[in-house]
Amino acid sequence: MAYRIVVCAKQVPDTKNITGQAMKEDGTVNRAALPAIFNPEDLNALEFGLSLRDQYGGTVTVVTMGPPGAAEILRESLARGADRVALLTDRRFAAADTLATSATLAAGIETLGGAEIVICGRQAIDGDTAQIGPQLAGRLGIPQVTYVEALDALVGSEIQVRRNLEHGHEVVKARLPVLLTIVGTANTPRPRSAKRLLRYRRARSRTELLQQMGTKPDDPAYLAKAAELEARGLLIPELTADSIRIDLAMCGAAGSPTKVKKIESVVLTSREQKRVEPTQEGVRALIRELIAEHTLD
Amino acid sequence: MQEVWVFAEQEDGVLSEVALELLSKARELAGQLAVRVGAVLAGSRVEVLARDLIAHGADRVYLAEHERLELYQTLPYANVVADAVRSYAPQIVLFGATVLGRDLAPRVASILRTGLTADCTDLQIGSHKDAATGKEYRNLLLQIRPAFGGNIIATIVTPEHRPQMATVREGVMRLAQKDTGRSGEVVRLPVDVRAEDCPLVILERSRRPRKVDLKKARVIVSGGAGVGSRENFQLIRDLAHALGGEVGASRAAVDFGFISKEHQVGQTGTTVRPKLYVACGISGAVQHRAGMSEAGKIVAINTDPNAPIFSIAHYAIVGDLNQVIPMLIKAAKER
Repeated sequence: MAYRIVVCAKQVPDTKNITGQAMKEDGTVNRAALPAIFNPEDLNALEFGLSLRDQYGGTVTVVTMGPPGAAEILRESLARGADRVALLTDRRFAAADTLATSATLAAGIETLGGAEIVICGRQAIDGDTAQIGPQLAGRLGIPQVTYVEALDALVGSEIQVRRNLEHGHEVVKARLPVLLTIVGTANTPRPRSAKRLLRYRRARSRTELLQQMGTKPDDPAYLAKAAELEARGLLIPELTADSIRIDLAMCGAAGSPTKVKKIESVVLTSREQKRVEPTQEGVRALIRELIAEHTLD
Repeated sequence: MQEVWVFAEQEDGVLSEVALELLSKARELAGQLAVRVGAVLAGSRVEVLARDLIAHGADRVYLAEHERLELYQTLPYANVVADAVRSYAPQIVLFGATVLGRDLAPRVASILRTGLTADCTDLQIGSHKDAATGKEYRNLLLQIRPAFGGNIIATIVTPEHRPQMATVREGVMRLAQKDTGRSGEVVRLPVDVRAEDCPLVILERSRRPRKVDLKKARVIVSGGAGVGSRENFQLIRDLAHALGGEVGASRAAVDFGFISKEHQVGQTGTTVRPKLYVACGISGAVQHRAGMSEAGKIVAINTDPNAPIFSIAHYAIVGDLNQVIPMLIKAAKER
């Protein structure tokens, strides 16, 4: 059985490595200055999919939703071994919450022909919600197995995996189709192969190609180049709201039940601080204050 | 009136503590809205837990009992909760942001096509004006959560969809005293779980009691390189004991062999959100701060007034921990 495996990935700002350059003078983070990276647990999801394919046969398609620049993580996916990629990109997808994102991903996966195994990273480091996996499974109407750490067996249309539940574990069996979310301890992502890297670093989406050539979509030179890339398997397909035939009320801001009312930056350096004298009286006053404000019972 | 609900997570017949914490919060929210508090309790032979839920603040316990609900799996549980929501239309549903809650809540939100905000650190009732439409909303649930690696705090609302749903981390909400004199009613939900409604076969299952439970600790006393030796780490344990807390450590203290890795707080250890974090002899590298900066109150003790830990401390004690900690223990015992 050749399994159709779809891996969902996200390009995220590198929130774990915030250096001085990314800090503004007021002590807040300049999000624009953060490098965009492949969400770490999505790399584990990709590795999980690739090793499944290598062991049992099939194809791995990596899907992402994002701005045109998110094509970068698709190039990286190809260099690491993905067979196929697709970029869901459309202004009308912007400002999506997890429900709208999962609806868009589901429509994209269905447009690409569906899958027996959908794999997501457990969560992304920018939002840490861990909601996309379960909500995508809900949209696709398939069972979910979250926190997957290891594959035990895949026999025909039955998969057996081990879940890491922090305070314990579970071994569960599910029938395909199924959605898995993968934890960071599941594997070590394989490096990019040098050969594939050389080949796929030239892969471009139409948007990138247009930008690179500084031209318009009807330019014959652009059309010829795009056709050439496509023939060589180096054209990164872009799927829009029209091409996945999604109801516009389901995606982007319109499809998002949650709205951001307010955003406050956390200022690390100017927290209101009290000096406590290192004396018995000083620490006694501190303990009293902590009790008064219910920090201590 | 539309109630405020809490999903009463239980495993092996034991209620999760976060469910009880959420009931305390739900009471507060329901009080402002002048509505009742409901708890959804699902499982097999779990009715006995209803009394505890009522004592902690539930006015009504919606009970879903079925043999096939004995071991948690997503779909049957999600269907039970979604069906109950459709029948009784609560305005708010809260879940613990536990391993189970973070698996269940998004599936329920997907079935109900409503909004869900993960890992809220605060919940309030407030109004909201939509900037685009100018429409005003009153008595919305303000869902407050850190995002972006803790660098921003976002307030999220769900203006048009019901219920408004959120998950809340363990230990974030204050657990109120239980009142065994409270009364409430148990509403038995009609439940029919067929074999085909349970797509997973659970072949093996283990739960280990957490020996060091830093995640749930309300108070953590952590020691760093400044503690100096494995023997001297006893000071940290003594202060933790006096404050009723757990013992934490920086990576340096673990690397020096002062204490085992399961006590490590930080990016590569455990991320903790206690109400009180006492950092003793910890300089406060960014990786350590990443694991504890969301603590409610941070007390830092360090001989170096320029240690980075002081940049996020609410209370700064510049001094020698060998002198300050015994004073703190004394003061804590006096309370």
